[in-house]
Amino acid sequence: MGTLLVSVYVFVLAAFLGFELINKVPPTLHTPLMSGANAMSGVTIIGALSLVTVADPDASVLLGTAALVLATVNVVGGFLVTDRMLSTFSRRN
Amino acid sequence: MGADVLALVALGSVALFVVGLKRLSRIRTARSGNALMAAGMLLAVVLTLIEQGLVDYRWIAGGLAVGAAGGVAIVLRAKATAMPEIVARFNGFGGAASALVALSLFWRHVVESGDAVTASAALGATSAATLVLSVLIGATTFSGSIIAELKLRGVLKGQPTIPVRGGVMGLLVLGGLALGGVAVLGVEDPTLAAGLVVGVLAVSLLTGLVLVTPIGGADMPVVISLLNSLSGLAAAATGFALANNLLIIAGTIVGAAGLILTQIMCAAMNRSLVNVMVGGYGTDAPSGDAAEYESIVSADAEEAAMVLEAAQSVIIVPGYGLAAARAQNAAYDVAKALEARGATVRFAIHPVAGRMPGHMNVVLAEAEVPYDLLYEMDEINQDFSQTDAVIVVGANDVVNPAANTEPGSPIAGMPILEVGKARRVFVIKRSLAPGYAGIKNALFEADQTVMLFGDAKAVLDGLASELS
Repeated sequence: MGTLLVSVYVFVLAAFLGFELINKVPPTLHTPLMSGANAMSGVTIIGALSLVTVADPDASVLLGTAALVLATVNVVGGFLVTDRMLSTFSRRN
Repeated sequence: MGADVLALVALGSVALFVVGLKRLSRIRTARSGNALMAAGMLLAVVLTLIEQGLVDYRWIAGGLAVGAAGGVAIVLRAKATAMPEIVARFNGFGGAASALVALSLFWRHVVESGDAVTASAALGATSAATLVLSVLIGATTFSGSIIAELKLRGVLKGQPTIPVRGGVMGLLVLGGLALGGVAVLGVEDPTLAAGLVVGVLAVSLLTGLVLVTPIGGADMPVVISLLNSLSGLAAAATGFALANNLLIIAGTIVGAAGLILTQIMCAAMNRSLVNVMVGGYGTDAPSGDAAEYESIVSADAEEAAMVLEAAQSVIIVPGYGLAAARAQNAAYDVAKALEARGATVRFAIHPVAGRMPGHMNVVLAEAEVPYDLLYEMDEINQDFSQTDAVIVVGANDVVNPAANTEPGSPIAGMPILEVGKARRVFVIKRSLAPGYAGIKNALFEADQTVMLFGDAKAVLDGLASELS
Protein backbone atom coordinates (compact mmCIF):
# COMPACT_ATOMS: atom_id res chain seq x y z
CA MET A 1 0.00 0.00 0.00
CA GLY A 2 1.36 3.39 -0.97
CA THR A 3 1.77 6.17 1.58
CA LEU A 4 -1.18 8.11 0.19
CA LEU A 5 -3.45 5.09 0.40
CA VAL A 6 -2.40 4.46 4.00
CA SER A 7 -3.22 8.08 4.78
CA VAL A 8 -6.64 7.74 3.15
CA TYR A 9 -7.30 4.63 5.28
CA VAL A 10 -6.20 6.54 8.36
CA PHE A 11 -8.47 9.44 7.41
CA VAL A 12 -11.57 7.31 6.90
CA LEU A 13 -11.03 5.24 10.06
CA ALA A 14 -10.38 8.36 12.12
CA ALA A 15 -13.63 9.84 10.81
CA PHE A 16 -15.57 6.76 11.94
CA LEU A 17 -13.82 6.92 15.31
CA GLY A 18 -14.77 10.58 15.71
CA PHE A 19 -18.40 9.89 14.82
CA GLU A 20 -18.62 7.01 17.30
CA LEU A 21 -16.77 8.73 20.13
CA ILE A 22 -19.37 11.43 20.60
CA ASN A 23 -22.86 10.27 21.36
CA LYS A 24 -25.29 10.80 24.22
CA VAL A 25 -23.36 13.75 25.60
CA PRO A 26 -25.25 15.50 28.42
CA PRO A 27 -26.01 19.13 27.41
CA THR A 28 -23.97 20.26 30.42
CA LEU A 29 -20.87 19.10 28.65
CA HIS A 30 -21.58 20.48 25.18
CA THR A 31 -19.62 23.66 25.74
CA PRO A 32 -16.60 22.04 27.45
CA LEU A 33 -16.58 19.28 24.84
CA MET A 34 -16.62 21.78 22.00
CA SER A 35 -13.88 23.70 23.74
CA GLY A 36 -11.73 20.60 24.30
CA ALA A 37 -12.18 19.41 20.72
CA ASN A 38 -11.29 22.90 19.59
CA ALA A 39 -8.03 22.76 21.58
CA MET A 40 -7.32 19.42 19.93
CA SER A 41 -7.68 20.97 16.47
CA GLY A 42 -4.66 23.06 17.43
CA VAL A 43 -2.69 19.88 16.68
CA THR A 44 -1.64 21.74 13.55
CA ILE A 45 1.03 23.04 15.95
CA ILE A 46 3.15 20.02 15.02
CA GLY A 47 2.92 21.01 11.37
CA ALA A 48 4.05 24.52 12.24
CA LEU A 49 6.97 23.17 14.30
CA SER A 50 8.31 21.27 11.31
CA LEU A 51 8.47 24.42 9.19
CA VAL A 52 10.41 26.83 11.38
CA THR A 53 13.63 24.88 11.74
CA VAL A 54 16.04 27.37 10.19
CA ALA A 55 17.23 30.72 11.42
CA ASP A 56 16.79 32.75 8.21
CA PRO A 57 13.73 34.95 8.44
CA ASP A 58 12.40 33.92 5.02
CA ALA A 59 8.75 34.43 4.21
CA SER A 60 8.15 30.71 4.79
CA VAL A 61 9.69 30.86 8.27
CA LEU A 62 7.72 33.97 9.17
CA LEU A 63 4.48 32.38 7.97
CA GLY A 64 5.35 29.23 9.90
CA THR A 65 6.11 31.21 13.04
CA ALA A 66 2.79 33.03 12.78
CA ALA A 67 1.13 29.61 12.46
CA LEU A 68 3.10 28.35 15.47
CA VAL A 69 2.03 31.29 17.64
CA LEU A 70 -1.66 30.98 16.71
CA ALA A 71 -1.68 27.19 17.08
CA THR A 72 0.02 27.46 20.49
CA VAL A 73 -2.57 30.02 21.64
CA ASN A 74 -5.26 27.59 20.43
CA VAL A 75 -3.74 24.62 22.25
CA VAL A 76 -2.63 26.19 25.53
CA GLY A 77 -5.60 28.55 25.82
CA GLY A 78 -8.04 25.88 24.64
CA PHE A 79 -7.10 23.22 27.18
CA LEU A 80 -6.83 25.84 29.92
CA VAL A 81 -10.25 27.34 29.27
CA THR A 82 -11.79 23.84 29.12
CA ASP A 83 -10.20 22.99 32.45
CA ARG A 84 -11.51 26.25 33.89
CA MET A 85 -15.05 25.37 32.84
CA LEU A 86 -14.75 21.84 34.21
CA SER A 87 -13.08 22.83 37.48
CA THR A 88 -16.28 24.62 38.47
CA PHE A 89 -18.22 21.38 37.91
CA SER A 90 -16.06 19.09 39.97
CA ARG A 91 -15.75 21.42 42.94
CA ARG A 92 -19.01 20.22 44.45
CA ASN A 93 -18.64 16.52 43.72
CA MET B 1 14.71 2.44 13.27
CA GLY B 2 14.62 5.62 15.34
CA ALA B 3 11.84 6.99 13.15
CA ASP B 4 9.81 3.78 13.58
CA VAL B 5 10.10 3.95 17.36
CA LEU B 6 8.96 7.57 17.28
CA ALA B 7 6.02 6.64 15.04
CA LEU B 8 5.02 3.95 17.55
CA VAL B 9 5.23 6.36 20.45
CA ALA B 10 3.05 8.73 18.39
CA LEU B 11 0.33 6.09 18.71
CA GLY B 12 0.43 6.85 22.43
CA SER B 13 -0.47 10.42 21.58
CA VAL B 14 -3.43 9.21 19.48
CA ALA B 15 -4.54 6.95 22.36
CA LEU B 16 -4.43 9.88 24.79
CA PHE B 17 -6.55 11.97 22.39
CA VAL B 18 -9.15 9.24 21.91
CA VAL B 19 -9.45 8.19 25.56
CA GLY B 20 -9.35 11.85 26.61
CA LEU B 21 -12.16 12.87 24.26
CA LYS B 22 -14.24 9.90 25.40
CA ARG B 23 -13.77 10.82 29.06
CA LEU B 24 -14.50 14.46 28.25
CA SER B 25 -18.01 13.46 27.22
CA ARG B 26 -18.88 12.06 30.69
CA ILE B 27 -19.41 14.37 33.63
CA ARG B 28 -17.44 12.41 36.24
CA THR B 29 -14.42 11.95 34.05
CA ALA B 30 -14.53 15.16 32.02
CA ARG B 31 -11.73 17.02 33.72
CA SER B 32 -9.28 14.12 33.60
CA GLY B 33 -10.25 13.62 29.94
CA ASN B 34 -9.22 17.16 29.16
CA ALA B 35 -5.94 16.62 31.00
CA LEU B 36 -5.28 13.43 29.01
CA MET B 37 -5.87 15.27 25.75
CA ALA B 38 -3.48 18.01 26.83
CA ALA B 39 -0.91 15.32 27.67
CA GLY B 40 -1.43 13.81 24.22
CA MET B 41 -0.77 17.19 22.66
CA LEU B 42 2.38 17.70 24.73
CA LEU B 43 3.61 14.26 23.70
CA ALA B 44 2.93 15.08 20.04
CA VAL B 45 4.94 18.31 20.32
CA VAL B 46 7.85 16.61 22.12
CA LEU B 47 7.93 13.78 19.55
CA THR B 48 7.96 16.27 16.69
CA LEU B 49 10.89 18.11 18.25
CA ILE B 50 12.82 14.86 18.81
CA GLU B 51 12.08 13.69 15.28
CA GLN B 52 13.55 16.87 13.83
CA GLY B 53 16.80 16.37 15.69
CA LEU B 54 19.14 19.29 16.07
CA VAL B 55 17.73 22.33 14.31
CA ASP B 56 17.72 26.04 14.88
CA TYR B 57 15.40 26.60 17.83
CA ARG B 58 15.03 30.36 17.97
CA TRP B 59 11.75 30.58 16.02
CA ILE B 60 10.40 27.46 17.71
CA ALA B 61 11.17 28.72 21.20
CA GLY B 62 9.93 32.21 20.42
CA GLY B 63 6.71 31.01 18.81
CA LEU B 64 5.90 28.58 21.61
CA ALA B 65 6.64 31.17 24.29
CA VAL B 66 4.60 33.94 22.70
CA GLY B 67 1.71 31.59 21.91
CA ALA B 68 1.61 30.02 25.37
CA ALA B 69 1.75 33.43 27.07
CA GLY B 70 -1.00 34.72 24.78
CA GLY B 71 -3.22 31.70 25.44
CA VAL B 72 -2.80 31.94 29.22
CA ALA B 73 -3.41 35.72 29.17
CA ILE B 74 -6.63 35.39 27.15
CA VAL B 75 -8.02 32.73 29.49
CA LEU B 76 -7.06 34.56 32.68
CA ARG B 77 -8.67 37.77 31.48
CA ALA B 78 -11.88 36.08 30.28
CA LYS B 79 -15.06 36.32 32.33
CA ALA B 80 -17.23 33.23 32.83
CA THR B 81 -19.90 34.77 30.64
CA ALA B 82 -17.42 35.24 27.80
CA MET B 83 -16.49 31.55 27.41
CA PRO B 84 -18.38 31.08 24.13
CA GLU B 85 -16.59 34.06 22.58
CA ILE B 86 -13.23 32.70 23.73
CA VAL B 87 -13.94 29.32 22.16
CA ALA B 88 -14.89 31.07 18.91
CA ARG B 89 -11.64 33.07 18.93
CA PHE B 90 -9.41 30.07 19.67
CA ASN B 91 -11.19 28.19 16.93
CA GLY B 92 -10.44 30.98 14.47
CA PHE B 93 -6.77 30.87 15.52
CA GLY B 94 -6.66 27.11 14.90
CA GLY B 95 -8.08 27.54 11.41
CA ALA B 96 -5.69 30.39 10.64
CA ALA B 97 -2.75 28.31 11.88
CA SER B 98 -3.58 25.47 9.49
CA ALA B 99 -3.89 27.88 6.58
CA LEU B 100 -0.58 29.52 7.53
CA VAL B 101 1.19 26.15 7.77
CA ALA B 102 0.01 25.39 4.24
CA LEU B 103 1.15 28.83 3.02
CA SER B 104 4.52 28.37 4.70
CA LEU B 105 4.95 24.99 3.02
CA PHE B 106 4.08 26.54 -0.35
CA TRP B 107 6.49 29.42 0.07
CA ARG B 108 9.31 27.16 1.18
CA HIS B 109 9.09 24.61 -1.62
CA VAL B 110 7.73 26.69 -4.47
CA VAL B 111 8.45 30.39 -4.08
CA GLU B 112 11.77 30.29 -2.25
CA SER B 113 13.27 27.32 -4.08
CA GLY B 114 13.46 29.45 -7.22
CA ASP B 115 12.88 26.46 -9.51
CA ALA B 116 10.47 27.10 -12.35
CA VAL B 117 8.33 24.02 -11.79
CA THR B 118 4.73 23.65 -10.67
CA ALA B 119 3.96 23.13 -6.98
CA SER B 120 2.62 19.74 -7.93
CA ALA B 121 6.04 18.80 -9.32
CA ALA B 122 7.93 20.29 -6.38
CA LEU B 123 5.75 18.85 -3.59
CA GLY B 124 3.88 15.96 -5.16
CA ALA B 125 0.28 16.11 -6.34
CA THR B 126 -1.30 15.05 -3.01
CA SER B 127 0.61 17.57 -0.98
CA ALA B 128 -0.04 20.36 -3.48
CA ALA B 129 -3.78 19.66 -3.71
CA THR B 130 -4.36 19.28 0.05
CA LEU B 131 -2.31 22.41 0.67
CA VAL B 132 -4.92 24.35 -1.31
CA LEU B 133 -7.71 22.69 0.73
CA SER B 134 -5.96 23.60 3.95
CA VAL B 135 -5.77 27.28 2.93
CA LEU B 136 -9.39 27.23 1.79
CA ILE B 137 -10.88 25.55 4.87
CA GLY B 138 -8.52 27.19 7.37
CA ALA B 139 -9.10 30.75 6.14
CA THR B 140 -12.88 30.21 5.92
CA THR B 141 -12.82 28.96 9.52
CA PHE B 142 -10.78 31.98 10.58
CA SER B 143 -12.97 34.72 9.12
CA GLY B 144 -16.16 32.84 10.05
CA SER B 145 -15.01 32.44 13.68
CA ILE B 146 -14.06 36.10 13.98
CA ILE B 147 -17.53 37.13 12.75
CA ALA B 148 -19.06 34.62 15.19
CA GLU B 149 -17.09 36.12 18.08
CA LEU B 150 -18.12 39.66 17.12
CA LYS B 151 -21.76 38.57 16.95
CA LEU B 152 -21.58 36.90 20.36
CA ARG B 153 -20.05 40.03 21.86
CA GLY B 154 -22.87 42.06 20.34
CA VAL B 155 -20.43 44.17 18.29
CA LEU B 156 -22.07 42.94 15.09
CA LYS B 157 -25.83 43.02 15.23
CA GLY B 158 -28.59 41.84 12.95
CA GLN B 159 -28.40 39.39 10.13
CA PRO B 160 -28.13 41.24 6.82
CA THR B 161 -29.40 39.17 3.94
CA ILE B 162 -27.00 38.54 1.09
CA PRO B 163 -28.88 38.07 -2.19
CA VAL B 164 -28.53 34.60 -3.72
CA ARG B 165 -26.14 33.71 -0.88
CA GLY B 166 -26.10 30.02 -1.76
CA GLY B 167 -25.02 30.82 -5.29
CA VAL B 168 -22.41 33.31 -4.08
CA MET B 169 -21.01 30.73 -1.64
CA GLY B 170 -20.87 28.08 -4.33
CA LEU B 171 -19.11 30.44 -6.72
CA LEU B 172 -16.60 31.47 -4.06
CA VAL B 173 -15.74 27.89 -3.13
CA LEU B 174 -15.49 26.77 -6.76
CA GLY B 175 -13.52 29.92 -7.61
CA GLY B 176 -11.13 29.23 -4.73
CA LEU B 177 -10.67 25.62 -5.84
CA ALA B 178 -10.12 26.71 -9.47
CA LEU B 179 -7.58 29.38 -8.50
CA GLY B 180 -5.80 26.89 -6.26
CA GLY B 181 -5.84 24.19 -8.90
CA VAL B 182 -4.29 26.49 -11.48
CA ALA B 183 -1.76 27.75 -8.91
CA VAL B 184 -0.38 24.32 -8.00
CA LEU B 185 -0.88 22.40 -11.26
CA GLY B 186 -0.67 24.81 -14.15
CA VAL B 187 1.76 27.59 -13.22
CA GLU B 188 5.53 27.26 -13.29
CA ASP B 189 6.37 30.90 -12.53
CA PRO B 190 6.69 31.05 -8.71
CA THR B 191 5.61 34.70 -8.47
CA LEU B 192 2.42 34.10 -10.44
CA ALA B 193 1.69 30.93 -8.44
CA ALA B 194 2.18 32.85 -5.18
CA GLY B 195 -0.21 35.54 -6.41
CA LEU B 196 -2.86 32.94 -7.20
CA VAL B 197 -2.46 31.32 -3.76
CA VAL B 198 -2.94 34.72 -2.14
CA GLY B 199 -6.08 34.94 -4.29
CA VAL B 200 -7.27 31.63 -2.81
CA LEU B 201 -6.66 33.08 0.65
CA ALA B 202 -8.70 36.21 -0.13
CA VAL B 203 -11.58 34.23 -1.63
CA SER B 204 -11.63 31.89 1.40
CA LEU B 205 -11.71 34.76 3.88
CA LEU B 206 -14.65 36.18 1.94
CA THR B 207 -16.36 32.76 2.04
CA GLY B 208 -16.25 32.78 5.85
CA LEU B 209 -17.83 36.25 5.90
CA VAL B 210 -20.63 35.27 3.52
CA LEU B 211 -21.19 32.04 5.46
CA VAL B 212 -21.61 33.53 8.94
CA THR B 213 -22.75 37.16 8.53
CA PRO B 214 -26.41 36.43 7.63
CA ILE B 215 -26.86 34.01 10.55
CA GLY B 216 -28.43 35.43 13.71
CA GLY B 217 -26.67 35.56 17.06
CA ALA B 218 -28.98 32.89 18.50
CA ASP B 219 -27.54 30.35 16.13
CA MET B 220 -23.89 31.14 16.81
CA PRO B 221 -23.38 28.07 19.05
CA VAL B 222 -24.28 25.82 16.14
CA VAL B 223 -22.12 27.89 13.80
CA ILE B 224 -19.13 27.72 16.15
CA SER B 225 -19.55 23.99 16.51
CA LEU B 226 -19.60 23.65 12.72
CA LEU B 227 -16.54 25.91 12.39
CA ASN B 228 -14.84 23.77 15.04
CA SER B 229 -15.46 20.77 12.83
CA LEU B 230 -14.02 22.70 9.88
CA SER B 231 -10.86 23.65 11.77
CA GLY B 232 -10.34 19.95 12.45
CA LEU B 233 -10.67 19.23 8.74
CA ALA B 234 -8.22 22.04 7.97
CA ALA B 235 -5.73 20.37 10.32
CA ALA B 236 -6.36 17.02 8.59
CA ALA B 237 -5.76 18.63 5.18
CA THR B 238 -2.52 20.04 6.55
CA GLY B 239 -1.67 16.51 7.67
CA PHE B 240 -2.09 15.25 4.10
CA ALA B 241 0.02 18.13 2.77
CA LEU B 242 2.82 17.29 5.23
CA ALA B 243 2.29 13.49 5.03
CA ASN B 244 1.84 13.45 8.80
CA ASN B 245 -0.55 10.72 9.98
CA LEU B 246 -0.81 12.00 13.56
CA LEU B 247 -2.06 15.33 12.20
CA ILE B 248 -4.53 13.55 9.92
CA ILE B 249 -5.89 11.41 12.77
CA ALA B 250 -6.30 14.18 15.33
CA GLY B 251 -7.72 16.62 12.80
CA THR B 252 -10.19 14.14 11.38
CA ILE B 253 -11.43 13.05 14.83
CA VAL B 254 -12.18 16.70 15.63
CA GLY B 255 -13.82 17.14 12.25
CA ALA B 256 -16.12 14.15 12.77
CA ALA B 257 -16.82 14.72 16.47
CA GLY B 258 -17.54 18.41 15.78
CA LEU B 259 -20.07 17.46 13.13
CA ILE B 260 -21.86 15.10 15.55
CA LEU B 261 -21.90 17.76 18.24
CA THR B 262 -23.36 20.25 15.73
CA GLN B 263 -26.06 17.72 14.94
CA ILE B 264 -26.85 17.24 18.64
CA MET B 265 -27.18 21.00 19.10
CA CYS B 266 -29.51 21.36 16.10
CA ALA B 267 -31.61 18.52 17.49
CA ALA B 268 -31.87 20.34 20.82
CA MET B 269 -33.38 23.32 18.98
CA ASN B 270 -35.52 21.04 16.83
CA ARG B 271 -34.07 22.53 13.66
CA SER B 272 -32.04 21.16 10.82
CA LEU B 273 -28.50 22.24 10.11
CA VAL B 274 -29.61 23.49 6.69
CA ASN B 275 -32.29 25.59 8.34
CA VAL B 276 -29.66 27.17 10.61
CA MET B 277 -27.14 27.80 7.83
CA VAL B 278 -29.70 29.45 5.56
CA GLY B 279 -29.74 32.24 8.11
CA GLY B 280 -32.06 35.20 8.44
CA TYR B 281 -33.55 33.47 11.51
CA GLY B 282 -36.17 35.72 13.06
CA THR B 283 -36.12 38.45 10.43
CA ASP B 284 -39.53 37.57 8.98
CA ALA B 285 -41.19 37.41 12.36
CA PRO B 286 -43.26 40.22 13.80
CA SER B 287 -40.97 42.33 15.93
CA GLY B 288 -41.60 42.35 19.65
CA ASP B 289 -41.81 46.06 20.37
CA ALA B 290 -43.08 47.06 23.79
CA ALA B 291 -46.11 48.62 22.06
CA GLU B 292 -47.35 45.20 21.04
CA TYR B 293 -47.81 44.04 24.57
CA GLU B 294 -51.18 44.93 26.09
CA SER B 295 -51.71 43.54 29.57
CA ILE B 296 -48.36 43.62 31.26
CA VAL B 297 -48.33 43.37 35.04
CA SER B 298 -45.15 44.46 36.72
CA ALA B 299 -44.09 44.55 40.34
CA ASP B 300 -41.05 45.27 42.45
CA ALA B 301 -38.89 42.93 44.51
CA GLU B 302 -40.83 43.56 47.72
CA GLU B 303 -44.17 42.51 46.22
CA ALA B 304 -42.62 39.50 44.54
CA ALA B 305 -40.95 38.44 47.79
CA MET B 306 -44.34 38.43 49.54
CA VAL B 307 -45.67 35.89 47.03
CA LEU B 308 -42.47 33.83 47.11
CA GLU B 309 -42.52 33.64 50.91
CA ALA B 310 -45.63 31.49 50.69
CA ALA B 311 -44.35 29.26 47.89
CA GLN B 312 -43.58 25.64 48.71
CA SER B 313 -41.99 24.78 45.38
CA VAL B 314 -39.98 27.17 43.23
CA ILE B 315 -38.19 26.65 39.94
CA ILE B 316 -35.60 29.15 38.72
CA VAL B 317 -35.13 29.34 34.94
CA PRO B 318 -31.87 31.06 33.98
CA GLY B 319 -31.15 32.51 30.55
CA TYR B 320 -28.47 34.61 28.93
CA GLY B 321 -29.63 37.67 30.89
CA LEU B 322 -28.42 35.97 34.08
CA ALA B 323 -24.99 35.39 32.60
CA ALA B 324 -24.80 38.90 31.12
CA ALA B 325 -25.71 40.52 34.46
CA ARG B 326 -23.34 38.11 36.31
CA ALA B 327 -26.30 37.34 38.56
CA GLN B 328 -25.44 33.70 39.26
CA ASN B 329 -24.43 34.34 42.88
CA ALA B 330 -27.52 36.45 43.47
CA ALA B 331 -29.69 33.69 41.99
CA TYR B 332 -28.15 31.15 44.35
CA ASP B 333 -28.66 33.56 47.27
CA VAL B 334 -32.38 33.72 46.42
CA ALA B 335 -32.49 29.91 46.19
CA LYS B 336 -30.81 29.55 49.59
CA ALA B 337 -33.16 32.13 51.17
CA LEU B 338 -36.19 30.27 49.82
CA GLU B 339 -34.83 26.93 51.02
CA ALA B 340 -34.29 28.40 54.45
CA ARG B 341 -38.02 29.17 54.41
CA GLY B 342 -38.79 25.54 53.69
CA ALA B 343 -39.40 25.70 49.95
CA THR B 344 -38.02 23.22 47.43
CA VAL B 345 -35.92 25.12 44.91
CA ARG B 346 -34.67 23.75 41.62
CA PHE B 347 -33.01 25.22 38.55
CA ALA B 348 -34.40 24.28 35.12
CA ILE B 349 -31.79 24.34 32.37
CA HIS B 350 -32.95 24.54 28.78
CA PRO B 351 -30.46 22.82 26.45
CA VAL B 352 -29.81 26.01 24.51
CA ALA B 353 -30.29 28.61 27.24
CA GLY B 354 -27.51 31.16 27.11
CA ARG B 355 -25.37 31.33 24.04
CA MET B 356 -24.11 27.78 23.99
CA PRO B 357 -25.45 24.46 25.17
CA GLY B 358 -24.25 23.97 28.70
CA HIS B 359 -23.52 27.69 29.07
CA MET B 360 -25.88 27.99 32.05
CA ASN B 361 -24.25 25.05 33.79
CA VAL B 362 -20.86 26.71 33.49
CA VAL B 363 -22.19 30.01 34.83
CA LEU B 364 -24.14 28.47 37.74
CA ALA B 365 -21.22 26.25 38.61
CA GLU B 366 -19.19 29.43 39.12
CA ALA B 367 -21.60 30.34 41.91
CA GLU B 368 -21.16 26.82 43.33
CA VAL B 369 -24.82 25.96 42.85
CA PRO B 370 -24.95 22.25 43.77
CA TYR B 371 -25.16 20.02 40.76
CA ASP B 372 -28.19 18.13 42.03
CA LEU B 373 -30.28 21.32 41.98
CA LEU B 374 -29.86 21.60 38.21
CA TYR B 375 -32.49 19.82 36.14
CA GLU B 376 -32.54 19.38 32.42
CA MET B 377 -35.65 20.28 30.44
CA ASP B 378 -36.96 16.74 30.01
CA GLU B 379 -36.54 15.96 33.71
CA ILE B 380 -38.49 18.94 34.97
CA ASN B 381 -41.03 19.93 32.30
CA GLN B 382 -43.83 17.82 33.74
CA ASP B 383 -43.34 19.39 37.19
CA PHE B 384 -44.23 22.98 36.26
CA SER B 385 -47.96 22.33 36.70
CA GLN B 386 -47.36 21.44 40.36
CA THR B 387 -45.06 24.36 41.01
CA ASP B 388 -46.07 27.37 43.07
CA ALA B 389 -43.72 29.89 41.52
CA VAL B 390 -41.26 30.12 38.68
CA ILE B 391 -38.59 32.79 38.48
CA VAL B 392 -37.41 33.34 34.90
CA VAL B 393 -34.10 35.20 34.95
CA GLY B 394 -33.16 36.82 31.66
CA ALA B 395 -34.55 34.02 29.50
CA ASN B 396 -36.97 34.64 26.66
CA ASP B 397 -37.16 32.39 23.61
CA VAL B 398 -36.66 29.18 25.62
CA VAL B 399 -39.89 29.88 27.58
CA ASN B 400 -41.91 31.30 24.67
CA PRO B 401 -45.18 29.36 24.26
CA ALA B 402 -45.27 30.40 20.59
CA ALA B 403 -43.03 27.40 19.95
CA ASN B 404 -46.02 25.19 20.78
CA THR B 405 -48.97 27.34 19.75
CA GLU B 406 -47.97 29.20 16.57
CA PRO B 407 -47.00 26.92 13.71
CA GLY B 408 -45.74 29.89 11.68
CA SER B 409 -43.40 31.15 14.39
CA PRO B 410 -39.66 30.98 13.68
CA ILE B 411 -39.23 28.94 16.84
CA ALA B 412 -42.20 26.65 16.09
CA GLY B 413 -41.48 23.13 17.23
CA MET B 414 -38.53 24.08 19.45
CA PRO B 415 -38.95 22.31 22.79
CA ILE B 416 -39.49 24.92 25.51
CA LEU B 417 -39.66 24.98 29.27
CA GLU B 418 -43.39 25.05 29.97
CA VAL B 419 -43.23 27.62 32.75
CA GLY B 420 -46.72 28.92 31.85
CA LYS B 421 -48.21 25.93 33.65
CA ALA B 422 -46.96 27.10 37.04
CA ARG B 423 -49.28 28.95 39.40
CA ARG B 424 -47.21 32.13 39.37
CA VAL B 425 -44.43 33.22 37.03
CA PHE B 426 -42.00 36.02 37.74
CA VAL B 427 -39.99 37.20 34.77
CA ILE B 428 -36.89 39.24 35.51
CA LYS B 429 -35.92 41.21 32.41
CA ARG B 430 -34.45 44.58 31.63
CA SER B 431 -37.22 45.46 29.15
CA LEU B 432 -39.77 43.92 26.84
CA ALA B 433 -37.20 43.74 24.07
CA PRO B 434 -37.42 40.50 22.10
CA GLY B 435 -34.94 37.68 22.55
CA TYR B 436 -32.61 36.36 19.90
CA ALA B 437 -35.42 35.00 17.77
CA GLY B 438 -36.78 38.56 17.57
CA ILE B 439 -40.38 37.67 18.40
CA LYS B 440 -43.04 38.57 20.92
CA ASN B 441 -43.45 36.36 23.99
CA ALA B 442 -47.08 35.79 25.01
CA LEU B 443 -45.90 34.46 28.39
CA PHE B 444 -45.25 38.07 29.48
CA GLU B 445 -48.96 38.88 29.00
CA ALA B 446 -50.30 35.77 30.72
CA ASP B 447 -52.54 36.21 33.76
CA GLN B 448 -50.19 34.48 36.16
CA THR B 449 -47.10 36.37 34.95
CA VAL B 450 -45.59 39.29 36.81
CA MET B 451 -42.71 41.19 35.22
CA LEU B 452 -39.85 42.35 37.44
CA PHE B 453 -38.10 44.92 35.29
CA GLY B 454 -34.46 45.67 35.98
CA ASP B 455 -30.94 44.33 35.94
CA ALA B 456 -31.06 40.64 36.86
CA LYS B 457 -28.45 40.97 39.59
CA ALA B 458 -30.09 44.03 41.16
CA VAL B 459 -33.55 42.44 41.18
CA LEU B 460 -32.28 39.12 42.58
CA ASP B 461 -30.21 40.89 45.25
CA GLY B 462 -33.37 42.77 46.18
CA LEU B 463 -35.36 39.54 46.37
CA ALA B 464 -32.68 37.83 48.45
CA SER B 465 -32.59 40.63 51.00
CA GLU B 466 -36.41 40.78 51.21
CA LEU B 467 -36.54 37.03 51.79
CA SER B 468 -33.82 36.74 54.41
